[in-house]
Amino acid sequence: MNQKRPVDLDLSAIRLPLAAITSITHRISGITLFAGIALLLWLLQLSLSGSEGFAQAAALLGSPLVKFLVWVVLSALAYHMVAGVKHLLLDMGIGESREAGPVGARITIAISLVLIVLMGVWVW
Amino acid sequence: MVTSITNLSRNGVSDWLIQRVSAVVLLAWFLFIGYTILNLGDAGYLEWRALFSRLWMKVFTLAALLALFGHAWVGMWTVFTDYLTKGTLGATAAWLRFAVQLICFVVLLVYLVWAVHILWSI
Repeated sequence: MNQKRPVDLDLSAIRLPLAAITSITHRISGITLFAGIALLLWLLQLSLSGSEGFAQAAALLGSPLVKFLVWVVLSALAYHMVAGVKHLLLDMGIGESREAGPVGARITIAISLVLIVLMGVWVW
Repeated sequence: MVTSITNLSRNGVSDWLIQRVSAVVLLAWFLFIGYTILNLGDAGYLEWRALFSRLWMKVFTLAALLALFGHAWVGMWTVFTDYLTKGTLGATAAWLRFAVQLICFVVLLVYLVWAVHILWSI
């Protein structure tokens, strides 16, 4: 077997540029959503189980812990979507240049931060 | 020869396309549901229930859940095969990765069946 096969870069030894940070955050938000879907499905089930269930779901959204968890999931969703749309734009050939990379990363972070704050305002 | 046997479609280009198409379906569903929740009137529960009683909404929601299944599988596969490797975990990496992927599959299956159950009990 060829002993000189390429190996993965040791990411811990590299100072990540901004675009790489938004990329790893995209992955982390995806993993968060993988677990967070359970919370959303549970709230959906409760809210559709009857008028009492709907009121119960609304009451649950009044508790600080549920508020916080829902905000975390919605924030992950907002970030994942914004970063995802950036990916779709890249697939269309928009913003692919070396100069556009950090700009795209900044825009992704800026739009997400605004949405995350708005989610917080809406939940609380 | 090394062949990939745990990625969704056994084909990277096809996985890439599935990831994009499912992303658009999920984006549409979440934007729609966000808009709906923000515009829920005083008759909150009745409106909410009426929406999910409609066939097109059941189809839309199930499509979103199927998209989630494919999207999450491709995404989690990418993450697992990037980080749960021989380089990070040593010789048992393949087994550990397989175990984690199996758990991932079961969770996604539960989500799918759970969603069908929620939708068709209305």
